[in-house]
Amino acid sequence: MREVAIVGIGLTKFGELWDQNVRDIFAEAALKAMEDAKINKIDSLYVGAMSGGLYNYQEHLASVMADYIGQVGVPAARVESACSSGSQAVRMGYYEIASGASDIVLVGGVEKMWDADDGTFVLATAADQEYEAYNGVTFPGLYAMMAQVYMQRYGLTREELAAVPIKNHKHAVHNPYAQYPFEITLKDVLKATKVADPFGLLDCSPITDGAAAIILAPLEIAHKFTDKPIKIKGVGAATGPIALHDHKDLTRIDAVRLSAERAYKAAGVTPKDIQFAEVHDCFSIAEIIVAEELGFFEYGTAGKAIANGEATYGGKVVINPSGGLKAKGHPVGATGVAQLIEATLQLQGRAGKRQIEGARLGLTQNMGGSGGSSVVHILEAL
Amino acid sequence: MANSQRYTREIPHRFRLEAQKFDDGFISLPNRYISPISGTRNFEKINLSGKGTILSFTIVHTPSDQFKLVNPYAVAIIETEEGARLTAMITDTAFEDIKIGAKVELIFRKMMQEGLSGIINYGYKAIVCK
Repeated sequence: MREVAIVGIGLTKFGELWDQNVRDIFAEAALKAMEDAKINKIDSLYVGAMSGGLYNYQEHLASVMADYIGQVGVPAARVESACSSGSQAVRMGYYEIASGASDIVLVGGVEKMWDADDGTFVLATAADQEYEAYNGVTFPGLYAMMAQVYMQRYGLTREELAAVPIKNHKHAVHNPYAQYPFEITLKDVLKATKVADPFGLLDCSPITDGAAAIILAPLEIAHKFTDKPIKIKGVGAATGPIALHDHKDLTRIDAVRLSAERAYKAAGVTPKDIQFAEVHDCFSIAEIIVAEELGFFEYGTAGKAIANGEATYGGKVVINPSGGLKAKGHPVGATGVAQLIEATLQLQGRAGKRQIEGARLGLTQNMGGSGGSSVVHILEAL
Repeated sequence: MANSQRYTREIPHRFRLEAQKFDDGFISLPNRYISPISGTRNFEKINLSGKGTILSFTIVHTPSDQFKLVNPYAVAIIETEEGARLTAMITDTAFEDIKIGAKVELIFRKMMQEGLSGIINYGYKAIVCK
């Protein structure tokens, strides 16, 4: 297997992009990535997207995008794994290059969520449609039920839970691509519109339009495209039960732990080596549980550690320097790819005012549903 | 919207709580060919009693359009006395009586109505026992 590097990146502004359709935003990100890598031709395309059908009445997205990025003729496939669609697409591109089948692969993720008639319904299709969504559970509702058990078992307070979105909004202030680049206060979080107890609106990642794209190439020729290629040092993926009620422990997400173990093993590193991580904070409790499953904190301790500043600049590990899903935005299929872009910017020293000093090794973690899937990538500066 | 066969095929599970008990102890309310725990394919059909305990719950304030008429409402993850896990809406119960560990009983209820011309969906909801 060949080693694989990221040699180009492209991102749209995240937010409510009323004037652009799904192909416009994908093409914007993809063409930026191609310009970044100084290429005008690719060998293969993967598109991560959760639900072109329900959001935009458009399936067959891979061919749509190949056409609209000027690459008709290339092989192209869409990859779907709910909210982890983007990082699953990266994984496909990674193996296509590692195997020797292609040399230049464009992996993009996209979601145009503001076109939806009933976005809450669309997201709930990532759960068990017949035995969860049918019974009235919403996506925030699933994570809220994890939070209820976690808070009771470990004594996590409502104020400590609120520390996650407060931190991530603070990080997003310096991210020009973020949907909500402003700070929020504890009072804002506690007084926000109720969504699903204990969550208010500010515990939940938003509805976002956005696209992200990266160019992958074999490490041995990566310097043809960029002075600062970023090596994908390890990849790990796993599945978990589709229904939350089938999780043995409602405060754990086994797929995250499994995917992380596989990525750490592939990369030959341990959680202690990781300097920063972009993780799937779709809801405030998610970042806490994920931080534990990734091995950064002991079970039951991450909530208090984050509240104590252990997951921001100067802490044990910087989690979500981009602002995370909460403040940067969560265009579902784009999120996994955008996480790798933030990691690339940090490792290339291009992250501006949110730059982590001396960043050499970072991790991304992206998951689907209530833990039905998880993908971890470990990236290294060369 | 569900067409009628998508709806009717789940009726044994939703109306009568017909479940499968695999020989490794795993109980599945939805139809399964194989146990996710041990991979055994051997099971017996059982009917759940409908009695159970709340493992977790939440009050949903922002439902999808299908459930707007009952907003806000409670949903819970329930473990039945046989050991099956399921998700159900809680009805006919004051929110303050819903607690982790509370005993519940499943009852047959209308779930939703699919627009003006769609079918009416029924299934199980839970009531907290007094």
